[in-house]
Amino acid sequence: MVVQLEPLRQAEIDAIFHALADATRRDIVARVIEREQSVSGLAASYAMSFAAVQKHIAVLERASLVVKSQRGRERIVRAEPAAIARARAVLEHYETLWRHRAAAIDAILAEEPEQQGEEHARHRRHHRS
Amino acid sequence: MPVIDAITDLEALTLTFVTEHDAPVERVWLLWADPRQLERWWGPPGWPATVTEHDFRVGGRVRYHMTGPAGEIAAAWMRITELDAPRHLRVDEGFSHDDGSENPAMPAGECDVRFEQLADGRTRMTVVFSYASRDDLELVVGMGMVEGFSSAAGQIEAVLAG
Repeated sequence: MVVQLEPLRQAEIDAIFHALADATRRDIVARVIEREQSVSGLAASYAMSFAAVQKHIAVLERASLVVKSQRGRERIVRAEPAAIARARAVLEHYETLWRHRAAAIDAILAEEPEQQGEEHARHRRHHRS
Repeated sequence: MPVIDAITDLEALTLTFVTEHDAPVERVWLLWADPRQLERWWGPPGWPATVTEHDFRVGGRVRYHMTGPAGEIAAAWMRITELDAPRHLRVDEGFSHDDGSENPAMPAGECDVRFEQLADGRTRMTVVFSYASRDDLELVVGMGMVEGFSSAAGQIEAVLAG
Protein backbone atom coordinates (compact mmCIF):
# COMPACT_ATOMS: atom_id res chain seq x y z
CA MET A 1 0.00 0.00 0.00
CA VAL A 2 1.23 3.47 -0.79
CA VAL A 3 -0.30 5.06 2.27
CA GLN A 4 -3.04 4.25 4.75
CA LEU A 5 -5.34 7.12 5.59
CA GLU A 6 -6.17 7.84 9.20
CA PRO A 7 -9.77 6.75 9.91
CA LEU A 8 -10.88 10.32 10.52
CA ARG A 9 -9.50 11.59 7.30
CA GLN A 10 -10.96 8.69 5.31
CA ALA A 11 -14.39 9.39 6.87
CA GLU A 12 -13.99 13.03 5.97
CA ILE A 13 -13.10 12.15 2.38
CA ASP A 14 -16.10 9.82 2.14
CA ALA A 15 -18.43 12.58 3.36
CA ILE A 16 -16.95 15.07 0.91
CA PHE A 17 -17.21 12.72 -2.07
CA HIS A 18 -20.74 11.75 -1.15
CA ALA A 19 -21.68 15.42 -0.81
CA LEU A 20 -20.14 16.44 -4.14
CA ALA A 21 -21.40 13.45 -6.14
CA ASP A 22 -24.74 15.23 -6.63
CA ALA A 23 -25.27 18.05 -9.15
CA THR A 24 -27.69 20.03 -6.95
CA ARG A 25 -25.30 19.95 -4.02
CA ARG A 26 -22.41 21.06 -6.22
CA ASP A 27 -24.58 23.92 -7.42
CA ILE A 28 -25.44 24.92 -3.84
CA VAL A 29 -21.73 24.96 -2.99
CA ALA A 30 -21.00 27.10 -6.06
CA ARG A 31 -23.71 29.59 -5.06
CA VAL A 32 -22.64 29.95 -1.43
CA ILE A 33 -18.98 30.33 -2.41
CA GLU A 34 -20.05 33.37 -4.42
CA ARG A 35 -22.04 34.80 -1.52
CA GLU A 36 -23.94 33.51 1.51
CA GLN A 37 -27.55 32.51 0.88
CA SER A 38 -30.66 32.00 2.97
CA VAL A 39 -32.14 28.50 3.08
CA SER A 40 -35.41 29.84 1.69
CA GLY A 41 -33.55 31.67 -1.12
CA LEU A 42 -31.74 28.48 -2.07
CA ALA A 43 -34.95 26.46 -1.90
CA ALA A 44 -36.61 28.87 -4.33
CA SER A 45 -33.77 28.31 -6.83
CA TYR A 46 -34.52 24.64 -7.44
CA ALA A 47 -37.48 22.77 -8.88
CA MET A 48 -37.80 20.56 -5.83
CA SER A 49 -39.46 20.72 -2.45
CA PHE A 50 -38.14 22.88 0.40
CA ALA A 51 -37.56 19.69 2.39
CA ALA A 52 -35.50 18.17 -0.43
CA VAL A 53 -33.26 21.26 -0.60
CA GLN A 54 -32.92 21.21 3.19
CA LYS A 55 -31.78 17.61 2.97
CA HIS A 56 -29.10 18.54 0.44
CA ILE A 57 -27.90 21.35 2.70
CA ALA A 58 -27.75 18.92 5.63
CA VAL A 59 -25.52 16.56 3.60
CA LEU A 60 -23.19 19.46 2.79
CA GLU A 61 -23.16 20.46 6.48
CA ARG A 62 -22.16 16.94 7.53
CA ALA A 63 -19.25 17.11 5.09
CA SER A 64 -18.30 20.49 6.62
CA LEU A 65 -18.53 22.10 3.18
CA VAL A 66 -21.08 24.66 4.41
CA VAL A 67 -22.17 26.03 7.79
CA LYS A 68 -25.66 27.16 8.72
CA SER A 69 -26.46 29.92 11.19
CA GLN A 70 -29.56 31.73 12.39
CA ARG A 71 -29.86 35.41 11.52
CA GLY A 72 -33.13 36.94 12.70
CA ARG A 73 -35.82 34.83 11.09
CA GLU A 74 -33.54 33.60 8.32
CA ARG A 75 -31.26 30.61 8.33
CA ILE A 76 -28.10 31.54 6.44
CA VAL A 77 -25.84 29.09 4.59
CA ARG A 78 -22.17 30.01 4.19
CA ALA A 79 -19.31 28.21 2.47
CA GLU A 80 -16.65 26.72 4.73
CA PRO A 81 -13.45 27.65 2.86
CA ALA A 82 -11.13 25.28 4.76
CA ALA A 83 -13.26 22.23 4.00
CA ILE A 84 -13.78 23.30 0.39
CA ALA A 85 -10.04 23.72 0.02
CA ARG A 86 -9.57 20.20 1.41
CA ALA A 87 -12.21 18.87 -0.96
CA ARG A 88 -10.54 20.50 -3.92
CA ALA A 89 -7.19 19.15 -2.79
CA VAL A 90 -8.66 15.65 -2.81
CA LEU A 91 -10.21 16.06 -6.23
CA GLU A 92 -7.22 17.79 -7.70
CA HIS A 93 -4.61 15.42 -6.33
CA TYR A 94 -4.66 13.40 -9.52
CA GLU A 95 -4.43 16.54 -11.59
CA THR A 96 -1.29 17.44 -9.67
CA LEU A 97 0.07 13.97 -10.32
CA TRP A 98 -0.63 14.35 -14.06
CA ARG A 99 0.98 17.76 -14.18
CA HIS A 100 4.05 16.08 -12.74
CA ARG A 101 3.78 13.23 -15.25
CA ALA A 102 3.31 15.62 -18.17
CA ALA A 103 6.36 17.62 -17.13
CA ALA A 104 8.41 14.40 -16.80
CA ILE A 105 7.25 13.35 -20.28
CA ASP A 106 8.29 16.67 -21.77
CA ALA A 107 11.69 16.38 -20.12
CA ILE A 108 12.12 12.96 -21.79
CA LEU A 109 10.94 14.27 -25.16
CA ALA A 110 13.34 17.22 -24.96
CA GLU A 111 16.38 14.93 -24.73
CA GLU A 112 18.61 13.94 -27.63
CA PRO A 113 17.40 10.65 -29.15
CA GLU A 114 20.53 8.74 -28.09
CA GLN A 115 19.95 9.66 -24.44
CA GLN A 116 16.45 8.21 -24.34
CA GLY A 117 15.22 4.87 -23.06
CA GLU A 118 17.84 2.27 -22.19
CA GLU A 119 20.67 4.70 -21.88
CA HIS A 120 19.00 6.68 -19.12
CA ALA A 121 17.73 3.55 -17.39
CA ARG A 122 21.30 2.24 -17.11
CA HIS A 123 22.29 5.59 -15.71
CA ARG A 124 19.56 5.40 -13.06
CA ARG A 125 20.29 1.81 -12.13
CA HIS A 126 23.92 2.75 -11.73
CA HIS A 127 23.03 5.50 -9.31
CA ARG A 128 20.62 3.32 -7.30
CA SER A 129 23.10 0.54 -6.72
CA MET B 1 4.67 23.19 -19.74
CA PRO B 2 2.23 21.07 -21.70
CA VAL B 3 -1.37 22.11 -22.08
CA ILE B 4 -3.40 20.06 -19.66
CA ASP B 5 -7.03 19.53 -18.83
CA ALA B 6 -8.30 17.41 -15.97
CA ILE B 7 -11.91 16.37 -15.52
CA THR B 8 -13.23 14.48 -12.52
CA ASP B 9 -16.69 13.10 -13.23
CA LEU B 10 -18.13 11.77 -9.98
CA GLU B 11 -21.28 10.56 -11.72
CA ALA B 12 -19.58 8.68 -14.56
CA LEU B 13 -16.83 7.61 -12.10
CA THR B 14 -14.05 8.70 -14.42
CA LEU B 15 -10.92 10.77 -14.12
CA THR B 16 -9.77 12.28 -17.42
CA PHE B 17 -6.42 13.91 -18.17
CA VAL B 18 -5.53 15.61 -21.42
CA THR B 19 -1.97 16.63 -22.19
CA GLU B 20 -0.27 17.89 -25.34
CA HIS B 21 3.34 17.26 -26.20
CA ASP B 22 5.73 18.70 -28.73
CA ALA B 23 6.50 15.41 -30.52
CA PRO B 24 4.89 13.19 -33.18
CA VAL B 25 2.38 10.57 -32.12
CA GLU B 26 4.80 7.66 -32.73
CA ARG B 27 7.27 9.21 -30.30
CA VAL B 28 4.65 9.79 -27.58
CA TRP B 29 3.48 6.17 -28.00
CA LEU B 30 6.97 5.01 -26.99
CA LEU B 31 6.49 6.56 -23.55
CA TRP B 32 4.17 3.61 -22.89
CA ALA B 33 5.60 1.01 -25.26
CA ASP B 34 9.18 1.26 -23.93
CA PRO B 35 9.34 0.11 -20.27
CA ARG B 36 12.50 2.14 -19.63
CA GLN B 37 10.65 5.28 -20.70
CA LEU B 38 7.42 4.38 -18.88
CA GLU B 39 9.22 4.07 -15.56
CA ARG B 40 10.73 7.51 -15.94
CA TRP B 41 7.44 9.38 -15.83
CA TRP B 42 4.80 7.13 -14.23
CA GLY B 43 5.71 7.38 -10.53
CA PRO B 44 4.46 10.30 -8.42
CA PRO B 45 7.09 12.71 -7.03
CA GLY B 46 9.30 10.80 -4.59
CA TRP B 47 7.94 7.41 -5.78
CA PRO B 48 10.01 6.31 -8.80
CA ALA B 49 8.52 3.42 -10.77
CA THR B 50 10.36 0.24 -11.74
CA VAL B 51 8.78 -1.87 -14.51
CA THR B 52 9.48 -5.55 -13.88
CA GLU B 53 7.35 -7.11 -16.61
CA HIS B 54 6.23 -5.49 -19.86
CA ASP B 55 4.47 -7.80 -22.29
CA PHE B 56 3.17 -5.10 -24.61
CA ARG B 57 0.48 -6.83 -26.65
CA VAL B 58 -3.22 -7.57 -26.23
CA GLY B 59 -3.59 -9.97 -23.29
CA GLY B 60 -0.08 -9.12 -22.12
CA ARG B 61 0.70 -7.90 -18.64
CA VAL B 62 2.73 -5.02 -17.30
CA ARG B 63 3.92 -5.23 -13.71
CA TYR B 64 5.63 -2.43 -11.85
CA HIS B 65 6.28 -1.10 -8.40
CA MET B 66 6.93 2.31 -7.00
CA THR B 67 9.46 2.91 -4.25
CA GLY B 68 8.64 5.50 -1.59
CA PRO B 69 10.99 7.84 0.25
CA ALA B 70 11.37 5.39 3.19
CA GLY B 71 11.82 2.38 0.91
CA GLU B 72 8.13 1.39 0.95
CA ILE B 73 7.02 -0.60 -2.07
CA ALA B 74 3.67 -0.08 -3.83
CA ALA B 75 3.18 -2.73 -6.49
CA ALA B 76 0.64 -2.64 -9.28
CA TRP B 77 -0.29 -4.32 -12.57
CA MET B 78 -1.90 -3.56 -15.91
CA ARG B 79 -3.34 -5.99 -18.45
CA ILE B 80 -3.55 -4.79 -22.03
CA THR B 81 -7.06 -5.22 -23.47
CA GLU B 82 -6.78 -3.13 -26.65
CA LEU B 83 -3.75 -1.99 -28.58
CA ASP B 84 -3.69 -0.07 -31.85
CA ALA B 85 -0.22 1.47 -32.20
CA PRO B 86 0.28 4.41 -32.10
CA ARG B 87 -3.31 5.61 -31.59
CA HIS B 88 -5.05 3.68 -28.84
CA LEU B 89 -4.20 1.70 -25.74
CA ARG B 90 -6.62 0.25 -23.21
CA VAL B 91 -5.65 -1.58 -20.04
CA ASP B 92 -7.25 -3.06 -16.93
CA GLU B 93 -5.27 -2.08 -13.90
CA GLY B 94 -5.05 -2.77 -10.21
CA PHE B 95 -2.76 -3.20 -7.26
CA SER B 96 -0.54 -6.13 -6.38
CA HIS B 97 0.58 -7.89 -3.24
CA ASP B 98 4.22 -7.38 -2.28
CA ASP B 99 5.13 -10.62 -4.08
CA GLY B 100 3.71 -9.18 -7.32
CA SER B 101 0.53 -11.28 -7.45
CA GLU B 102 -2.71 -9.42 -8.10
CA ASN B 103 -4.54 -8.14 -5.04
CA PRO B 104 -8.28 -8.53 -5.67
CA ALA B 105 -9.12 -6.70 -2.42
CA MET B 106 -7.81 -3.42 -3.81
CA PRO B 107 -9.77 -1.35 -6.31
CA ALA B 108 -9.24 -2.13 -9.95
CA GLY B 109 -10.21 0.00 -12.89
CA GLU B 110 -9.71 0.60 -16.58
CA CYS B 111 -7.43 3.08 -18.26
CA ASP B 112 -8.07 4.16 -21.84
CA VAL B 113 -5.37 6.17 -23.64
CA ARG B 114 -5.80 7.88 -27.01
CA PHE B 115 -3.05 9.56 -29.00
CA GLU B 116 -3.98 12.18 -31.61
CA GLN B 117 -1.62 13.82 -34.05
CA LEU B 118 -2.32 17.56 -34.09
CA ALA B 119 -1.77 19.77 -37.14
CA ASP B 120 1.31 21.50 -35.72
CA GLY B 121 3.31 18.29 -35.18
CA ARG B 122 2.18 18.04 -31.58
CA THR B 123 0.39 15.09 -29.99
CA ARG B 124 -2.63 15.15 -27.73
CA MET B 125 -2.82 12.34 -25.19
CA THR B 126 -6.18 11.69 -23.50
CA VAL B 127 -6.15 9.33 -20.54
CA VAL B 128 -9.45 8.20 -19.00
CA PHE B 129 -9.51 6.16 -15.80
CA SER B 130 -12.84 4.43 -15.09
CA TYR B 131 -13.87 2.75 -11.86
CA ALA B 132 -16.69 0.35 -11.16
CA SER B 133 -17.94 2.10 -8.03
CA ARG B 134 -17.65 5.39 -6.25
CA ASP B 135 -15.97 3.58 -3.37
CA ASP B 136 -13.20 2.46 -5.71
CA LEU B 137 -12.75 5.96 -7.14
CA GLU B 138 -12.65 7.45 -3.64
CA LEU B 139 -10.18 4.88 -2.47
CA VAL B 140 -7.85 5.43 -5.42
CA VAL B 141 -7.96 9.20 -5.13
CA GLY B 142 -7.87 9.07 -1.34
CA MET B 143 -4.87 6.75 -1.28
CA GLY B 144 -2.87 9.08 -3.40
CA MET B 145 -3.98 12.04 -1.40
CA VAL B 146 -1.61 12.02 1.54
CA GLU B 147 1.60 12.12 -0.45
CA GLY B 148 0.31 14.78 -2.83
CA PHE B 149 -1.67 16.69 -0.28
CA SER B 150 0.81 19.40 0.68
CA SER B 151 1.63 20.49 -2.85
CA ALA B 152 -1.99 20.31 -3.99
CA ALA B 153 -3.24 22.13 -0.91
CA GLY B 154 -0.69 24.89 -1.40
CA GLN B 155 -1.83 25.31 -4.97
CA ILE B 156 -5.50 25.36 -3.95
CA GLU B 157 -4.97 27.88 -1.17
CA ALA B 158 -3.39 30.18 -3.72
CA VAL B 159 -6.36 29.79 -6.04
CA LEU B 160 -8.84 30.46 -3.24
CA ALA B 161 -6.89 33.49 -2.05
CA GLY B 162 -6.78 34.99 -5.55
